[in-house]
Amino acid sequence: MGKESALRPNSGREAPNGSSITLPTTSSSHVTIRGLCKSFGDAIVYDRFDLDIPQGKLVSVFGPNGCGKSTLINMIAGLIPTDAGEILFNGKPLRDIKFGYVFQNYREALFPWLRSIENIEYPLKLMKLSKAERRARTQRLVAHLGVKIDLARYPYELSGGQQQLVSIMRALVVEPEILFLDEPFSALDYEMTLFMRDQLQRIFVETGTTTVLVSHDLEEAVYLADRILLLSRRPAAIADYVHYAAARPRTDATLSQHDFVRVKAHCLEVFQREVRKA
Amino acid sequence: MKVDRFQAYLPIIGVIGLIVVWYLAVWYEVVDRVLLPSPTDTFAALWKGATSGRLGFDFWRTVERTTLATLIAAAIAIPLGIFLGAAEKLYRSLEFVIDFFRSTPASAMFPLFLVLFGVGDETKISVAAFGAALVILFNVAYGVMNARKTRLLAAKVMGASRLRVLTDVMLLESLPQTFVGLRNGVSLALVIVVVAEMFIGSTDGLGHLVFESQQLFAMPDMYAAIFAAGALGYGLNLLFLLIERRFVHWSGK
Repeated sequence: MGKESALRPNSGREAPNGSSITLPTTSSSHVTIRGLCKSFGDAIVYDRFDLDIPQGKLVSVFGPNGCGKSTLINMIAGLIPTDAGEILFNGKPLRDIKFGYVFQNYREALFPWLRSIENIEYPLKLMKLSKAERRARTQRLVAHLGVKIDLARYPYELSGGQQQLVSIMRALVVEPEILFLDEPFSALDYEMTLFMRDQLQRIFVETGTTTVLVSHDLEEAVYLADRILLLSRRPAAIADYVHYAAARPRTDATLSQHDFVRVKAHCLEVFQREVRKA
Repeated sequence: MKVDRFQAYLPIIGVIGLIVVWYLAVWYEVVDRVLLPSPTDTFAALWKGATSGRLGFDFWRTVERTTLATLIAAAIAIPLGIFLGAAEKLYRSLEFVIDFFRSTPASAMFPLFLVLFGVGDETKISVAAFGAALVILFNVAYGVMNARKTRLLAAKVMGASRLRVLTDVMLLESLPQTFVGLRNGVSLALVIVVVAEMFIGSTDGLGHLVFESQQLFAMPDMYAAIFAAGALGYGLNLLFLLIERRFVHWSGK
């Protein structure tokens, strides 16, 4: 599926060795979160939480079960209200920006009464674009990503991975400033997960869209990320915000490189420490 | 492949079995000849009634009443069900009333509707519409209320207004359940119409024909009318299933 020529590593990246964990970030902040508070009943999930998400980077969110990983991106994406705090995108509120959101449950997130291509075009319809323009933009995205799915089919006629690819394209077609993915591959089998990871990486390299990925799989979280946000137990705080600067495209070989192993081991250590705190 | 073709013919075995048992019962006079005519006599009566007798006319009268009752019920219950389903608190406050009348045998309402509408067609159709409407209403409202949360969120997150979420997602989400309601509704409407045709000052319809044939001891005609009513019920159900499969292709997927 991959067109090798299209897969250039991001420019200006160092070779994947050295102390990337302590490397300071040079990229500017895209999302700034200040004083975020959220409670569900008596459970305080976030209490005066601050976070910066860098521009044009892929941030993985990882942490103990129920710590509020999904809650975090759902609040950033406006799916659930915050109790207090401020979330700005380059200084602008959510309603002034375009963003994409990909759900874990693609079967329930796609519209089964629409063909796959109509699903992808739906957000453009909400933007009141003409039919011709909707089709043109969708075709452009399909060509750009080199997707080889029969998009005239209904979602339920596609495989799980293909359906999730359709929902990712539906999120991308509006040319979002930021893309949120909530455990997008956890309902797929391992083979498909590996394939979809590389699809997502390709999309990220091609578009350079700031991406926030919630993952429950540490290998996946590190493999895809520029930074790994490790959350503590409730109320969630930043346990660590680890850099991982290996060149893209990353491949299976990346998984055995010293730098990857070291970053993953470090994340696991932080994670275990947070889990044991209880 | 061969097994598949065999499977398709399986339902015919039951039909043949029934006719064989019927013949045997007539042959050995298990039941009085007058009460149970032979299949041949019955199908002859069915054919004669449908082509030159009253059966065809009565059949269409019943079709008319059932269709009209279902249309009225759907026209009232579908919009109301969508409205109540979208306003869940309102539905919850009316749920007991709806469930109560849904559980009340519609035939118990005949005297009331007779007082309201007289002995004409209006009573038959309105009681049937009343029964069918409650069934449809309940299903539509549940279809709307049980719309997949993720799907509603997906539309919302893409920037759909509340109205767009209703028209683009909730309505379509509720369609499979709406068709369940329509199929149950039309079956109930047929039951009520046939019963009404038997007793409430009727001069036509399948129910009237069944009753009249029985009074006249014209047993082949009575069985023919019963089969016609069965075929009508089966046909209406099948019709709605085919419409559903055509327009709600995603149902159960």
